[in-house]
Amino acid sequence: MKIGVFICHCGENISSTVDCPRVADVCRTYTGVEYSVDYKYMCSDPGQNLIKDAIHKYNLDAIVVGSCSPHMHERTFRNAAVSAGINPFMVEIANLREHCSWVHDNIEAATRKAIELMRMAIEKVKRDKPLTKIKVPITKRVLVIGGGIAGIQAALDTANAGYEVVLVEKEPSIGGHMSQLSETFPTLDCSQCILTPRMVEVHQHPKIKLMTYSEVERVEGFIGNFKVTIKKKARHINEDKCSGCGMCITKCPIKKKAYNSFEEDLAFRPAVYVPFPQAIPNIPVIDETVCTYYKTGKCGMCVKVCDREAIDFGQKDTIHVADVGAIIVATGFKLYNIDKKSADSKYKGYGEYGYGKYRDVIDGLQFERIASASGPTSGEIKRPSDGRVPKKIAFIQCVGSRDDSKGISYCSKICCMYTAKQAMLYRHKVHDGEAYIFYMDIRAGGKMYEEFVRRAIEEDKVKYIRGRVSRIYEEDGKYIVKGEDTLAGMPVEIDADMVVLATAMIPQDGAESLARTIGIPYDKYGFFNEAHPKLRPVESTTAGVFLAGACQSPKDIPESVSMASAAASKAIILFANDTLEREPVVAKVNEDICAGCFYCMKVCPFGAVEVKDVKDINGIVYKEVAYINQGVCQGCGTCTATCLSKSIELAGFNNEEIFAEIAAL
Amino acid sequence: MKYGYFPGCSLTSSAKEYDISLRKVIDKLGISFDEINDWSCCGATSAHVTNHKLSTALAMRNIMLAEQQGLDNIIAPCAACYNRLIISQNEIGKHTGIRKETEDLLSVKFKKDVKVFNILELFLKSGLNKIIENRKRELSELKAACYYGCLLVRPAAITKFDDAEEPESMEKIVEATGADTVDWNYKTECCGAAHSIARRDIVVDLSKKIIDDAITHGANVMVVACPMCHTNLDMRQRAMKRKYPDHKEFPVLYLTELIGLSLGMDEKELGIDLHYTNFKYADTLLNNSAKG
Amino acid sequence: MDKQNWEPKIAAFVCNWCTYTGADLAGTSRLKYPANCKIIRVMCSGSIDPVFILKAFERGADGVLVSGCHPNDCHYNAGNFHARRRWDFFHELLDFIGIEKGRLQFSWISASEGKKFADVITKVTEDIKAMGPFTAYKKMNSEFTIDFPEEPSELPEPEFQENSDKETE
Repeated sequence: MKIGVFICHCGENISSTVDCPRVADVCRTYTGVEYSVDYKYMCSDPGQNLIKDAIHKYNLDAIVVGSCSPHMHERTFRNAAVSAGINPFMVEIANLREHCSWVHDNIEAATRKAIELMRMAIEKVKRDKPLTKIKVPITKRVLVIGGGIAGIQAALDTANAGYEVVLVEKEPSIGGHMSQLSETFPTLDCSQCILTPRMVEVHQHPKIKLMTYSEVERVEGFIGNFKVTIKKKARHINEDKCSGCGMCITKCPIKKKAYNSFEEDLAFRPAVYVPFPQAIPNIPVIDETVCTYYKTGKCGMCVKVCDREAIDFGQKDTIHVADVGAIIVATGFKLYNIDKKSADSKYKGYGEYGYGKYRDVIDGLQFERIASASGPTSGEIKRPSDGRVPKKIAFIQCVGSRDDSKGISYCSKICCMYTAKQAMLYRHKVHDGEAYIFYMDIRAGGKMYEEFVRRAIEEDKVKYIRGRVSRIYEEDGKYIVKGEDTLAGMPVEIDADMVVLATAMIPQDGAESLARTIGIPYDKYGFFNEAHPKLRPVESTTAGVFLAGACQSPKDIPESVSMASAAASKAIILFANDTLEREPVVAKVNEDICAGCFYCMKVCPFGAVEVKDVKDINGIVYKEVAYINQGVCQGCGTCTATCLSKSIELAGFNNEEIFAEIAAL
Repeated sequence: MKYGYFPGCSLTSSAKEYDISLRKVIDKLGISFDEINDWSCCGATSAHVTNHKLSTALAMRNIMLAEQQGLDNIIAPCAACYNRLIISQNEIGKHTGIRKETEDLLSVKFKKDVKVFNILELFLKSGLNKIIENRKRELSELKAACYYGCLLVRPAAITKFDDAEEPESMEKIVEATGADTVDWNYKTECCGAAHSIARRDIVVDLSKKIIDDAITHGANVMVVACPMCHTNLDMRQRAMKRKYPDHKEFPVLYLTELIGLSLGMDEKELGIDLHYTNFKYADTLLNNSAKG
Repeated sequence: MDKQNWEPKIAAFVCNWCTYTGADLAGTSRLKYPANCKIIRVMCSGSIDPVFILKAFERGADGVLVSGCHPNDCHYNAGNFHARRRWDFFHELLDFIGIEKGRLQFSWISASEGKKFADVITKVTEDIKAMGPFTAYKKMNSEFTIDFPEEPSELPEPEFQENSDKETE
């Protein structure tokens, strides 16, 4: 093997503490080194030409460059090597700048260390093997999980680019939280009015397969080649026959046994229902838990009134499998339930606020429903307890958010804005009403956001009090809100008729288990982790899985929509090629010595290890060995260290190469 | 399990009846305890606002004594003592500097992790069943407002056994005695505490609010587990009466006294007659039900 | 050996994503640390085989540092958890066979902790210096020692294979 060694001075960055000519001289004495040279700027065009010329002239098989960190210029030198006809993986970089010249003062010590680093790299390159990039085919179809505004946007963008989309939503209708909102900040346009056309577009789009009332059960495979198992829950309505006339809903005798979750439990719904009138698809669902038929076998009123015979009490959950190339996760958020007695919350509630005890202490989404023209009060601001118009409302921000003692340290980001909006809406609807807002800080970063808050204060006379609320209790039909005005340095008490709590945004139920199903990491709150907080904000660390909306962190509508479009374009970029090229740094099993213990399977973070049958000449299986799916493997090498029989090697970092480096220490 | 008993200064003076009733009740319920020999001030009030080192050392001295006496647990009935002991213990656990300083001051090394309990924890731990089983008197006509004050379940980060803002452990204990509890608003509001001496007017106003809220919510007795709270709510009712002539005397009992009543002990035995307010108006109620 | 002028030889096995990048940051920040430590880059701390460490000792290292991403920050989601489990156990084992625990050190250094990297290297170097040269393996394996700079020939490949097989059996 003929090796070329190239030592870069990096101007004076390396040569000021490392004697580069001496390093080159010593390297020249090593076995296998055919050519060794130092140069002022190896990464410059003349520097690269020097490498290329040397490769041609000396017929080199491999090169070692002593320069800056491989994270800087590995690609540069590999490309240079490729253009001179050497495999890019026959290039090793010794980090003489970040790890040597910049961190040491003593020229002798630094030079010796540089020589040793070079020696290690030379020993490694001797054992490097030419590798070729792996090609995997791509299924050009996207799975979008979640049918809120983020999921809708991602689905539409991908579909409009000409790719098929499977949109899975666990509720009976798409629309998500945005469909519940009354008006949106900072423009105060009606949420339903801007959302409904999008929902209809999804429904009618020939490229989008909409699966509502469905959940993702299993995800197998890898980027470009996922196989997804989806459970479609039984609606007990034949979707092909149902015309959405709503007769069954009108005639259902069970009117008051179940709360309407779309109305945030402020209203009842029948046993057969659509979540809201504009639901997409407009097909009802029968709630088995309250329907009389499932209890007594009687009633069947819906069957009688349905002239299309669409009611199917015997309908079962069905399982569907979809092959997709990319997954966009857009599962969104829910509000932290501060009811102390609530069992589903992993966080401690605020018992002292009386949420759950006092009916007029409500959360932000409940207020949205009260303020919504399509809500239970037809848009009139009324108290849930007695239907009176509240003359004084206290809004409390940061309930849960930014409170370490409750386990949520982050800012929910949207509450400052929506509280200002809600107070504004209230003042528009109840002219003699007083609105008080308890806040910690006003975070109104965004286009027209600060102006909006100023408008609430200046035009709509919303009274902002900077301070926390310690307690809310009922006295003579009023809610006494005790808090502190930290700017005045005084305790305050407000006798409000209604209290609205801006509770923290937390990940949607089941987010963590979904993350485990897909194989993406999540943070301690259950928000999905992006691959890089700044430079790869819409990708997960699992290749081919993208994130959109509030499932990644609290977000408002414009941010969710932009993230959704970004996720869609990531998928579209992926689909621009027919096959996928990726780094060949993957693990491979030596089947001859694999003992079949499958410890590797247990430690693989990506589920890349499969069981493979080894057959004898007669086609009879005589042993099972591990097989690593090259498309799924991300090349961490955890399996190689775990393997007892040392039958797994990570390409580019195999044991032989590392041992050579160690030996050259 | 044997408990160490740390009465603190209040229980030997202004809250003598707390001490009396506690000893009686504990004895009846078969919980045994040893008073800590040569116990001293817990480091509350004057010490902890003026000299941090002293307040920690005073508290740790008592814990050290318990340790030397071979005790694993201490009961501190006074809310302030309890607070001082757990906070000091927590601090020396967290900061090696403070630990070393305190150890040097006391010329000892802390070895064991002595657990400090207040009255609520004691009854919750030793089992409410014991109270229910030994009930001799029907108290269902008593509607108790359980008052926690500021210290009993705080600081939340250390005490942990109950929600600091919306506690309900005392309600559980009171309900075990057979008395009813009311849901009211002021259970953790300030009674005025040590302002009792210098600014009695503040205490009168604050304590009056607490009592009024209890009455509004249908209570006919208030239950407390803190000597300071009791002093303010009980003793200051005379001053309340002077300032608010329509104020009606409202009985304030220690939790241990209420338990004692349910176990069949009489007022004198429990020291209820030492209170400033009269419990007599509920006499008939108690006597009647005792017969039944 | 002249203990006065003796400089320890330390091998650092670090993951590509966090600690290697952290070491780069130490460089870009021009932080200074002793030149005794040489980095061997692997993709993930989870891929560091205990045999690598034994090999390093065998080949003349006086100390070994293993460093990866902080728990929960692993580029591969969980590799460092496996590493942590493995090292807890392996550390005890080293102690048992008579290699002082301090010769093998662990740390979590993220890509943003250049200062921590420099501090850790400095501390490890000082610790190893205080312990003195590690000779146990060197005596056993004197026949394998590669003299520098007069390296005789290419390293015999099969030897490594055999050795690694033997040790893992």
